[in-house]
Amino acid sequence: MAGDYETSTEYIQHHLQNLTFGKLPEGYERYDGEVLESATWTIAHGATEAADMGFMAIHVDTMFWSIFLGGLFLWIFKKVADNVTTGVPAGTQNFVEMIVDFIDDNVKSIFHHKNPWIAPLGLTVFVWIFLQNLMDLVPVDWIPWAASMIGIPYMKVVPSTDVNATAGMALGVFILILYYSIKQKGVGGFAAELAFQPLPKWALPFNLFLELVGLIAKPVSLALRLFGNMYAGEMVFIIISLLPFYLQWTLSVPWALFHILIITLQAFIFMILTVVYLAMAYDHH
Amino acid sequence: MNINLTLFAQLISFAIFVWICRKHVWPPIIGAMEARQKEIADGLNAAERAQNDLQLAQNSAADKLREAKAEAAGIIEAANKRASQIVDEAKDQARVEGDRIKEAAQAEIDQEYNRAREDLRAKVATLAVTGAEKILQSSVDQGAHQQMLDKLAAEL
Repeated sequence: MAGDYETSTEYIQHHLQNLTFGKLPEGYERYDGEVLESATWTIAHGATEAADMGFMAIHVDTMFWSIFLGGLFLWIFKKVADNVTTGVPAGTQNFVEMIVDFIDDNVKSIFHHKNPWIAPLGLTVFVWIFLQNLMDLVPVDWIPWAASMIGIPYMKVVPSTDVNATAGMALGVFILILYYSIKQKGVGGFAAELAFQPLPKWALPFNLFLELVGLIAKPVSLALRLFGNMYAGEMVFIIISLLPFYLQWTLSVPWALFHILIITLQAFIFMILTVVYLAMAYDHH
Repeated sequence: MNINLTLFAQLISFAIFVWICRKHVWPPIIGAMEARQKEIADGLNAAERAQNDLQLAQNSAADKLREAKAEAAGIIEAANKRASQIVDEAKDQARVEGDRIKEAAQAEIDQEYNRAREDLRAKVATLAVTGAEKILQSSVDQGAHQQMLDKLAAEL
């Protein structure tokens, strides 16, 4: 596969390029030398164009695969929920109940308050991230190659290797942290928690700095931990695929096996930390 | 890694997925699981209760059996006592009856004896007169000697 590209660097860059749909400014000179007469929404060709689109751009592949996988998750679970039986469970229900029970146990052991949103949130986070990560085990060239056959130039199939996807979820969790902190302790209580500890009141600026860093670190670490792990894993798969095809299995098989552990573990960590952070938002310190 | 609109698009889809999961997926599944858990717990409780009932029934049956045995033993004992009592009574009766018969016989004997003695006594005078007549070769005037004869008979 790597033979289709002039250099390995080009191959790697191509694989790390999202399918970006965004707005290029007026007078922008495109990859083929064309100069835009007015600001245009279009598909970016190459990393430079994607970067020049700035904030007004969207990763179509990330959105497509994450929504597709989220829909798959909800479709499977909804089908089970509609035909759920209290008798002897069979087939998919067994599997779904195993996951639900696993999430429920974890949430119950960490989160001791009454909130009917936490467990479903944990379930969504766990399964959605797991499915996103699972796309990493599809051989790196299959889907991009199939996409190029129907004229799609870029296709990054693992949404969790896109920092926007992981940061989007982390941002959601962060909003919930703020919401529940204020709901439980009041604006004053939450502010006091940020300002008046760990040191006494005279060290307010220091306390505020420390606590704010700690607060911001929660979503940032959530987003970057998942992104970093998956991005690195994807990168290793891409590099392995630079080997001659008859040698690739010697590395890709062990790495895929090891990666099964990573994708599950990362989904689990994201879920557990989400629940832990929300439990912390509830607790008074 | 460009940060762009994808971030917010992801945030929105995340929120929608969580909301759908909360409203339509989680409650029925966890509800069914909890219902099943309750069913199983109830079943186990019922089994335990049945086990207890069985134990109680077994105990009461054993008690009843023991009581019945004790009662039967009592009845047999009473019957034995009654039987020996009857035998004793019969013995006593027989002894009394025997005594009575013996007494009657004795009385009859006495009676016969007395009668015989009276007879003898009555005949003694005649015999004595006859004897004396033989000796004296003459008749004896019974009237003259009546006093002496009566005295003789009284001495017998």
